[in-house]
Amino acid sequence: MANPLQRIAGMFKEPTGEQIVNADGTLGPVRLSRRLGGDIQRGDTVLEVRDLGVNFWVNGEWFAAAEHLDYELKAGEVLAIVGESGSGKTQSSMSLVGLLPPNGRATGSAKLKGTELIDLDPGQMREIRGNEIAVIFQEPMTALNPVYTVGFQVAETLRAHFIMAPQEAKARALELMRLVEIPDPEGSYDKYQHQLSGGQRQRIMIAQALACDPKLLIADEPTTALDVTVQAEILKLMRDLRERVDAAIILITHDMGVVADMADRIIVMKDGKVVEHGTAEQIFYAPQHPYTKALLKAVPHLGTSNLATPPAYTESIVEQDGHPVALAPGDPGVEPVLLMEDVAIEYPAMGRRPAFRAAHHINLRIDPGRVVGLVGESGSGKTTVGRAIVGLLPIVEGTLSVAGKDITHARNKDLKSWRRDVGIVFQDPGSSLNPRLPVGESIGEPLFLHEGLRGKDLSDRVEDLLETVEMPRSTRNRYPHELSGGQRQRIGIARALALRPKLLVADEPTSALDVSIQARVLQLFLDLQARYNFACLFISHDLAVVESLSSQIAVMSQGRLVEVGPTPVIVSNPKHSYTQRLLAAVPVPDPKEQEIRRLRRDAILAEQHVVS
Amino acid sequence: MNTDDPLEDFPDGIRADSMIDADNANDGLVESTDPDDAQGRGDNAIAVKEVEGLSQGQIVWRRFVRHKGAMIGMSVVLLIAIFAFSAMGFGPVEGWWQYQDPLRTHSMLNNGHPTLTMPVWLGGEGFALGDHPFGQDNIGTDYFAAVMAGIKTSLVVMVVLGITVLIVGVAIGALAGYYRNKVDLWLMRLTDLIIVLPTIVIGAVLGRLLAVAPDKFGWTYETTQAIYRNMPVLLAIVLGLILWPSMARLVRGDFMTLRTREFVDSARVAGASDWRIITKHILPNAMGVIIVNLSLIMSQSVVLETALSFLGFGITAPNISLGRLISDNQGAFQTRPWLFWWPGLFIILIALCVNFIGDGLRDAFDPRGKRLPSKKEMLKASIKSSPTNTELDEAVAELIEDETDAPAGTPAETTVPGPQNATTANDARDNTQEGVEDNG
Repeated sequence: MANPLQRIAGMFKEPTGEQIVNADGTLGPVRLSRRLGGDIQRGDTVLEVRDLGVNFWVNGEWFAAAEHLDYELKAGEVLAIVGESGSGKTQSSMSLVGLLPPNGRATGSAKLKGTELIDLDPGQMREIRGNEIAVIFQEPMTALNPVYTVGFQVAETLRAHFIMAPQEAKARALELMRLVEIPDPEGSYDKYQHQLSGGQRQRIMIAQALACDPKLLIADEPTTALDVTVQAEILKLMRDLRERVDAAIILITHDMGVVADMADRIIVMKDGKVVEHGTAEQIFYAPQHPYTKALLKAVPHLGTSNLATPPAYTESIVEQDGHPVALAPGDPGVEPVLLMEDVAIEYPAMGRRPAFRAAHHINLRIDPGRVVGLVGESGSGKTTVGRAIVGLLPIVEGTLSVAGKDITHARNKDLKSWRRDVGIVFQDPGSSLNPRLPVGESIGEPLFLHEGLRGKDLSDRVEDLLETVEMPRSTRNRYPHELSGGQRQRIGIARALALRPKLLVADEPTSALDVSIQARVLQLFLDLQARYNFACLFISHDLAVVESLSSQIAVMSQGRLVEVGPTPVIVSNPKHSYTQRLLAAVPVPDPKEQEIRRLRRDAILAEQHVVS
Repeated sequence: MNTDDPLEDFPDGIRADSMIDADNANDGLVESTDPDDAQGRGDNAIAVKEVEGLSQGQIVWRRFVRHKGAMIGMSVVLLIAIFAFSAMGFGPVEGWWQYQDPLRTHSMLNNGHPTLTMPVWLGGEGFALGDHPFGQDNIGTDYFAAVMAGIKTSLVVMVVLGITVLIVGVAIGALAGYYRNKVDLWLMRLTDLIIVLPTIVIGAVLGRLLAVAPDKFGWTYETTQAIYRNMPVLLAIVLGLILWPSMARLVRGDFMTLRTREFVDSARVAGASDWRIITKHILPNAMGVIIVNLSLIMSQSVVLETALSFLGFGITAPNISLGRLISDNQGAFQTRPWLFWWPGLFIILIALCVNFIGDGLRDAFDPRGKRLPSKKEMLKASIKSSPTNTELDEAVAELIEDETDAPAGTPAETTVPGPQNATTANDARDNTQEGVEDNG
């Protein structure tokens, strides 16, 4: 235990006296925190990790979340740690900055320029955090404090580690915000996090991380919470920064596509162990471990569509000069399962908040047994359309008929029997199951309500349904919190299919899942669609996901459909500029191809003068 | 094949080849005994270890049982309740105490001093109840019988008030939170009205009303007597009808968040009625808030009843409550202090213990509340996992030494640094000193 006097002395310790010299030769602020091992050059070894392990205490036993990590990191190098959730990739990196939960402990050794980081004194660790090691968190929404302006939060990091006047800190913060390409930095400085878009929030996080010119940057799934197009931009920014700053970067992700054109070296982790470690070339072009191969295979590729039956038309229909996309012709002589004609959807007014129109002039048709993909960024209104189709939101204009019933003006009471014919799978598997009910009861609810099944009949049906989604029959008595994300989503699918609906709305069913689990859930979905032959509206922000499932794709942007067409046409020959951008943003797990795609994307953006 | 088979209508061939595929089902822990090399263990494998195979209710119960304060509070309240009810009897059951009528006067014994003597180890002359263990009041009634009757009243008031608040508060909060808009507006304005009513004024008005009403409305003697006899229950109901707003507001808030959760939407898509969604899907999820708030209101009610009775607005003769006992014996504070001790002691005990229970419930229902191990527990786990580690052995030896050296009552684990911290913390301190010296 440290002597209290020594602790107090530590609080008032003098600054290291290191004077920052600006590029133009003038003297800058004085750094308050110590700089470990002086400045670094590109190529210096920054971090040495030897036999690093992370354990968690659960009910009197230590469980290994990660063990036996060995790696070195040089300045300017990017190391990607890849693995699914639960593989220990995040915890092993968080142990470097001493941010493990209280029931966790780190073992082994990790040295930053010769200073041991494991079990470092909390006071010293505080000097290192933000100053020598910075972290970019996954969820910028929760990592930024909502009661302070974003500019203040960047300046705060600076003032914690430098002797700096507020104006100086602001000037430097603005400089950093320019570095991360925030539009209108002066204006954005005084904004709060909710006033910025997801991508901009992530840029602020990056600016904050770069504030003190750290030696090591840990990026924990920096793009997982973002849309594909925004993800592409953040990745582009990070790639640029790699050239501009000398920090070593640890990039933590579950998506091989993300690391394809960034990583120099890759560590693949599974169940807390390193299964493969090598250069990007080795991992991408000659993977050894089956798990690595599976991860590579799991990234949805473009151009893998193998659907046999194309729709009846061959050209895509594009929005032009404010004219909405017209209704696509369907199979002749077939009554469509879903028919939306010039539909507008509003979120009803609540108290003083006026009604918000989230979708305009939607024309969409789905024939029985067809899968139509609906693609767009968050906020484009695609979820709104899905919710309106299952009767959760009212329609204010146009007509909507689902499964042969016009539900435009239908009242909730009249819809009971109609509800048999539609099902919905929600996006967030954590929220879509009632945490107080065993999953069997959740699945059985529609059966109980519509067919009046109880007791043994009901549990037999539920167990059969569990089997169809490839879950053990005994899962019936488990609670949602005991299941992993992928398993919960399977339960969600089983419930949606319980009454064998004619139309299924799948609202981003895999976007909350890891890429490898996503691949398995999508495969299950394809199998089930082939078996039950239901029509489906598959909503996603990822074109590659939709392409592998659907025969038609509808692209949505800002509440409007902008392009509808057969899948192969949309993918190979997109006409609308938005579709082109969306398509170019899909990452591919192949460094060389990714580089080509990146250049093509930059060209498209330059041509369209798009600023995000 | 089962006759209820949902897949009956579908070609058998398709079904056969997509039957359970062990690899695919294995994205978590359900079948993690045989993980394929190409599969991971799923996202919450470690987090879930502590709660394996338990329902939400069981997890909460486990955490509650672990809360020492709540368990002690619970047992003390139960003991007091059993003691009081068995002593004075309830309903048709006869109590074991010799004087069942707390109003009967007895001849003064030892000037009304308590006859209860403490056991020898507490400095007394051996444990004995005597004829009037809690003493006698000014006119010679048995104070033990009176205090026990008072406890009974207080507990009845507490429970009845709790039930009233539960029914009214939850119903109003649930309706307002679920239907929102107009319903919410009107119900919440009603809540605002009730919340501004001061309980003491209400008590005074009701007390006055009760005195005047029999004449004014021409009630029969029997009715009036029945009202007086059931005074505690009636008082509890009336107080409950004033105290529900805090419950209603909390329930409303919880319902508003819960109704936007996707499982509510999916129940709606499945065709569930509003009633079913409220009772089956939302209410069980709001149970945490409700139970915690209820326990706090109940402990508050014990004190409130006492205060009202003390002011003469709550429970009046011939009923006995703890507050009334204190109020009646105000004048005897100097001469017979035990007339305050006993009711005061039980008021404090009951209110404190119910508060502790509420505290334990709040911790148990808090989803963020995770059990954190003490250093000792962590150390024990380390020994279990690596018995050959010499560094650990030393730490253990130190721990044992500390336990024998430490004075009784000092928890040993606070003095033992973790095995790894012990060495590196020293190193780190040295570094700091060097750093300071360099600069100085």
